[in-house]
Amino acid sequence: MKLPIFLDNHSTTPMDPRVLEAMLPYFVEKFGNAASRNHAFGWAAEEAVEEARKRIAKLIKADSKEIVFTSGATESDNLALKGVLEMYKEKGTHIITSSTEHRAVLDTAKSLEAKGLATVTYLPVDKYGMVNPQDVQNAITDKTILISVMLANNEIGTINPIAEIGKIAKAKGILFHCDATQGVGKIPVDVQAMGIDLMSFSAHKMYGPKGIGALYVRKRNPRVRIAPQMDGGGHERGMRSGTLPVPLIVGFGKACELCEQEMTTETARLTKMRDRLQTEIMAALEESYLNGHPTNRLPGNLNISFAYVEGESLLMGMKDIALSSGSACTSATLEPSYVLRALGVGTELAHSSIRFGLGRFNSDDEIDYTIKKVIEIVTKLREMSPLYEMAKEGVDLKSVQWAAH
Amino acid sequence: MAYSNKVVDHFNNPRNMGSFKKDEDGVGTGMVGAPECGDVMKLQIKVQNDTIVDAKFKTFGCGSAIASSSLATEWLKGKTIEEAQQIKNTDIVQELNLPPVKIHCSVLAEDAIKAALADYQKKTEEQTPSTK
Repeated sequence: MKLPIFLDNHSTTPMDPRVLEAMLPYFVEKFGNAASRNHAFGWAAEEAVEEARKRIAKLIKADSKEIVFTSGATESDNLALKGVLEMYKEKGTHIITSSTEHRAVLDTAKSLEAKGLATVTYLPVDKYGMVNPQDVQNAITDKTILISVMLANNEIGTINPIAEIGKIAKAKGILFHCDATQGVGKIPVDVQAMGIDLMSFSAHKMYGPKGIGALYVRKRNPRVRIAPQMDGGGHERGMRSGTLPVPLIVGFGKACELCEQEMTTETARLTKMRDRLQTEIMAALEESYLNGHPTNRLPGNLNISFAYVEGESLLMGMKDIALSSGSACTSATLEPSYVLRALGVGTELAHSSIRFGLGRFNSDDEIDYTIKKVIEIVTKLREMSPLYEMAKEGVDLKSVQWAAH
Repeated sequence: MAYSNKVVDHFNNPRNMGSFKKDEDGVGTGMVGAPECGDVMKLQIKVQNDTIVDAKFKTFGCGSAIASSSLATEWLKGKTIEEAQQIKNTDIVQELNLPPVKIHCSVLAEDAIKAALADYQKKTEEQTPSTK
């Protein structure tokens, strides 16, 4: 086993060596511009791009013509929201989204709001972080043009009832965008069965390269149109101009192909490792709380709050394991995770949360090591914590008058 | 964010971590911060003849908060009450090389020192009722 261990696979994933191998010929040897229609260099590039497009479309049960390449999920989210609002502004300007979306959706919605281009409803989530389809239904007005709800949450891994929301959107003739960045390649995604009209996803979350993503844009029933946010050569059916990064696209295609082939076995393996991590840590440490849905969750996700210890100090005590925390001290804003807050997790427990993100290249040995380290550091920091001491003495921490600063 | 070597050292080897009994003679206790803010420091001093002979801390907070309070206990030992009053958060920032986002940790440590000193002074005044 090699240190440090990477257990932050929601932030990004290591590229699969098979993906790199597929990409290599497209840097030096087959360097053509896929838009060059009149020579062999261009044809070779175009062929590679179209082959990749097919593999990507296949993974999400779409048609290859419905894949629009972007630089990543953030751009896809921006293009979906801004593109739809601009294209259909005569029909309506109301967006429904949820309070636990990624900031690429939330901040885009806020920016549209600030510019006076949209009004936005931010739906609450239940204690597991799930959007209630009935809330979506109730929020719809005659001005609603777009519903945007994520497939799986990046912090807590909770999977939303996308097909139900898709059905509601369809019945009302409202477009449905889904940020599926954390879900594509990890769990089955079917844009038809889920009633999705637009969907964002990204290669580097599924063992592909960074810098390439896609927006799925439905072509039939209904034919979705979006106003381009990047003007230029009219690439990607006019929706996203810019020379296609052929090696990245080839890598994206290969990554999708591998995810499709290995999803069943990988899900079983990750779920087993994740469940063991969860069971052993939570059995050894009293007052540790699972954040997110107990079962309806991404296979590689585990998010736990450890009462009386602060998240950043936990990370600091496990320097040889790459993890992430909802603690304020790890964010630029000094506010603890808005996702955990939206679940109704108390601020103090939000400060105490750790996110484990397991992926394709994690081993059982690494999980053993992590279990041991987590138990060790939480125990050590609790010994150091005045809150733990008070709780042990029977003081009700909620009754204490804290000198907030 | 990279931590300075001194912060890492205090975090891995905290000095004077622990507690005195609050009602023990000569002990002053300061508790500052709030769990919702992500940091709570408890700092205690033990005073004999106006000199701090021992100090202890317990901290809930990030590595820099733990290091700031650990350093504070080191500095407090051997100082008179008068000298302890002079410890400034900026001294802690300098010693631990804290980045701007962690300055509040040093402020909290200074507050904890002041609170412990005030608690000690209040206790001694109560124990020796004024005859004047």
